Parts: sequence; C-alpha cells; structure tokens
Amino acid sequence: MKLDGNAIAGPLAEVFGRDVTLAVMTCSGCHESAVIARAMVYVTAMGSVARCPTCDRALLVLGPGPGARIRFSMPGVSSLELTPDEPDAA
Amino acid sequence: MTHRPAAWHAATVRSVSRETASARRIEFEVPTWPGNDAGAHLDVRLTAPDGYQASRSYSIASSGDSRRVVLAVDEVPGGEVSPFLVHELQPGDQVEIHGPLGAYFVWTPGDERPVQLIAGGSGVVPLYAMAELHDREQDSTPFRLLYSVRTPDDRFFASELEQIAARGRLEASYVYTRAVPAGWHSAPGRVTRDALAAATWPVDRRPRIYVCGPTPFVETVADWLTELGHEPRAIRTERFGGG
Amino acid sequence: MSFITRGFSGRGRDRDPRLPPGQTLVEDWPVLSAGPTPDIDPADWEFVVATENGRHTWNWDEMHALGVEDITVDIHCVTHWSKLEMAWRGVPLDKIFENVETSYDYVMAHSYGGYTTNVPLDELLDGQAWIAFEADGEPLTPEHGGPARLLVPHLYFWKSAKWVRGLVMMPSDDPGFWEQNGYNLHGDPWAEERYW
Repeated sequence: MKLDGNAIAGPLAEVFGRDVTLAVMTCSGCHESAVIARAMVYVTAMGSVARCPTCDRALLVLGPGPGARIRFSMPGVSSLELTPDEPDAA
Repeated sequence: MTHRPAAWHAATVRSVSRETASARRIEFEVPTWPGNDAGAHLDVRLTAPDGYQASRSYSIASSGDSRRVVLAVDEVPGGEVSPFLVHELQPGDQVEIHGPLGAYFVWTPGDERPVQLIAGGSGVVPLYAMAELHDREQDSTPFRLLYSVRTPDDRFFASELEQIAARGRLEASYVYTRAVPAGWHSAPGRVTRDALAAATWPVDRRPRIYVCGPTPFVETVADWLTELGHEPRAIRTERFGGG
Repeated sequence: MSFITRGFSGRGRDRDPRLPPGQTLVEDWPVLSAGPTPDIDPADWEFVVATENGRHTWNWDEMHALGVEDITVDIHCVTHWSKLEMAWRGVPLDKIFENVETSYDYVMAHSYGGYTTNVPLDELLDGQAWIAFEADGEPLTPEHGGPARLLVPHLYFWKSAKWVRGLVMMPSDDPGFWEQNGYNLHGDPWAEERYW
C-alpha cells in the first residue's frame, strides 16, 4: 500500500525515541532533500520502505525481526538532519 | 509547539457512539497522555490471548492538553483492526496506543496565513481537529474546508462542522461522490480541478493547505493545487489506507 | 507493557498439515508492493546473465525458444500465507545455464525497479527454479511481477523476484534487498528461515 512518511511515524519513534517526521533526509541517489513525512512509503506485510519523492530510491527500510523486534536501515540516505521541535522546519 | 514525546500508553474506552453507518466515534481516557497538536495521529495496538498483535494508525479528532483522546474509525471491510474497533470494543476495554505522532501534518494557532482543509472520506478527522481547535481558541485565521464524501450521511463530525460554520468560524463546501441532498446544485461526482479552484483559497492569499484522504485522492488534489500555482511547500499531505 | 485486549483474536489463523509451520492457506493472491510497479513491454524485455567471463542475453522470443514448461507448485510467502497447487508456465533455469560457464556459486537476481534477492546457484538448478510468464493460465500481470518473474517455489516467495531482468553470479552469498533488512539469507519455509 502506497502511503507517506506519516505512516511510519510510530515505528520510527520506536527507533529514534521521538517523532522524526520533520527530519530532513538527503537522497544518496539524486541528492534531493525532503522531510520524512514527504517520503513515499510502501507499507507491506514484510516491512515498510520509504522512497525518495523525487527518484524513488529506497531511503529507509523498516523490517521486522523475530518477536517484536524492528530492523531499521537507511540504504539510500546520505544525511539525516534532525531539528528539534520546530513546527515550520519543513 | 509544546514538546509532547511519543510513548506507549494504556487507553481505556470511556464511550463509543455511531459516527456514520460504517464508522464509530471512540473516546478514550489516557491518564498518561501528554496532549497532542491538532492533526497528530497515534498507533493502536491490539494483543490477542496467544500473543498475536496487530496495530494500525488513526488520526486524532481531539487536541490540546486533555487526557481525553477521541478517534473516529471507519470500518475497512475485511480489515483486521478496524472491524474490531467499530463492532467489538466496549466502554471499559483497554487498548495500547503509541503517540502522539506526526509533527508535520499539524496546525497550531497564531499563524496569519489562511488555512485550506481538503478532506476525502474519513481523511476529515485530523482536519476536523484543526477546525475544532481554531474555533475553540477563537483564532482569527480564516479557515476553509472542502470535504469530498460519498453521501451527506457519510460525513464525519457533520453537526460539529455545521455548528462551527454557523458561528462563522469555517467556510465549508461539500462534494458528494455517490448521492446528493434534494435540490443540490450538482449531480454526484468526484472533485474536479475547476471545482477545487472555485472552492479553495486563491493562490494570492498564500494559504496553508492540508490534504488528507486515500492515496489517489490526495495525489490528484495535490497535483491540481500545484498546477493552480500553490507553492508545493505550502501543501501538506497525509495519505491513509488499510484497516 | 503489552496486555491483552478483551475479545481480540486477530484474523483466523487455521492450520493445514500441507502447510509449512506458521503458514495460513489463502485462496486469493495477495500483492506485496514495496515500490512503484514497473510497466515493461515484452518487446523491450531483455534477460541478462552476467558471470566473471562475460554477459549472456536473451530477448523475449529467445527466452521462450529455450523451452517453456508447465509446472504445478505450492508457494509460501514469509508473511504467513501459502497457495497450494498453483499452475505456472516458464523456462527452467537449467536451460538458461546450459551454456553459461561460471566458477561462482551464488546468484543475485536483479529486477526492473531495483529489487534484488540472493540465491545459491545449486538451488536454482535441477528443476528447482524457472523464469515464469504465466500463472493460473493467464500472463503474469505487472502487479504479480509480469511480464516475467523468477519462480523458486521451495524458498519463501520474496526469492521469486518480480520483474526479473537478470542474474549476476557472485563468489559469495551477498544479501539482496530484504536480506539486508532482517530477512534470512536462505529462506527455507519448512525450516521457518524467516529472519536473521
């Protein structure tokens, strides 16, 4: 199912310990930047894949592990910028 | 914006009521809830006796510092979580919730730019939270809502939205895709680009735009808004799906 | 802090002795899409096998000319569903590798759209894998991996790469897309090799 970065706010909060939907990701493929909320997210029963809104590269992958574990990777992110609590950081 | 850390909470059902023929309003009491901004969402997690778990995201219809959290859940036929929430959950039952989530798709009072809300179906829930906060806080920003929904009976928060509009705090327009009220100005049908342009703030008012609904609705509307000349950065979208 | 919510049991999780452990029978065919669905015209389709010695390529007609087989197999998705006795049509990988010389033991399957998955070469030969074009009597739709997908039914179905466009031989068993993200390098459903 194709959704957006809002859809993985919960699992990402488990990874980062806070809401990161306003964090800015830079794609290692096309070098465009966007907040996580703007990523195209494909939610599947195997895991969720957040893709670059410009070039579709897989930026973040949230896969399950045994039990309730989450396996998180950032295969297509060259940098991640976190701005604490700024409503207009987008 | 108040810092409201996301965490897991035990939520107890206080009340349930019919929202539409397919949807139910659920009010939770969450003693540890830090409050939430208007437009935020949360994840609901259900655990079966054998340890099996399922979770889904829902937008929050309430906002502010209250420990009371209101959801309006539309049943997705064949879904695993929404049919349970709509038909089985009763006052006194407990679920786990994770939130508040989503600092992107939120509106906070005190900004002068006019606000345009655009909802498809149950996507109105976070937008209702924004309109309700705007009304409650007596905020002076002009608000408009364009709400695309199957029939008049399928509107969420129908009477609340009418009351806010009657107080002059919201200009609401409705597009009915399946059935229209008697004497309605047009036949049922989807939103068109012209109807969108006519019912929303013009580009020169520099509105902040929030679009929430099923993915095809959101993408169609967001593309039209960009074509009409709205800044892409002023258009915030939230897509939903799955039950 | 998890606790049980009264009355919640989840979707029916029935058992069937023909199913590997932890699997549930489905009648429909669920679609798992982790990215945009590529739209590939068979006229533009090309299949490549790359080895340490060079490249071998087949177009759509050349691939079919290798010899198409009808097979009936069970498929098992790691997301706990299985389909039994599905009819497929495709070219066995034995035919493709008849004229391929390689000393490498591992294969990375590559798909249009960028997906990858790794499989040992000896699990693709001896009638264990196909380049499939049809399922249940119909050409594969794009959402199910058409025009052609890898079919390796004895492994979890993520190994049966949709929109397959080639195989790259590797000296070691490097992980593909899901294998880099928590899923088992091998993926045998009967051994429940789901995760690392």
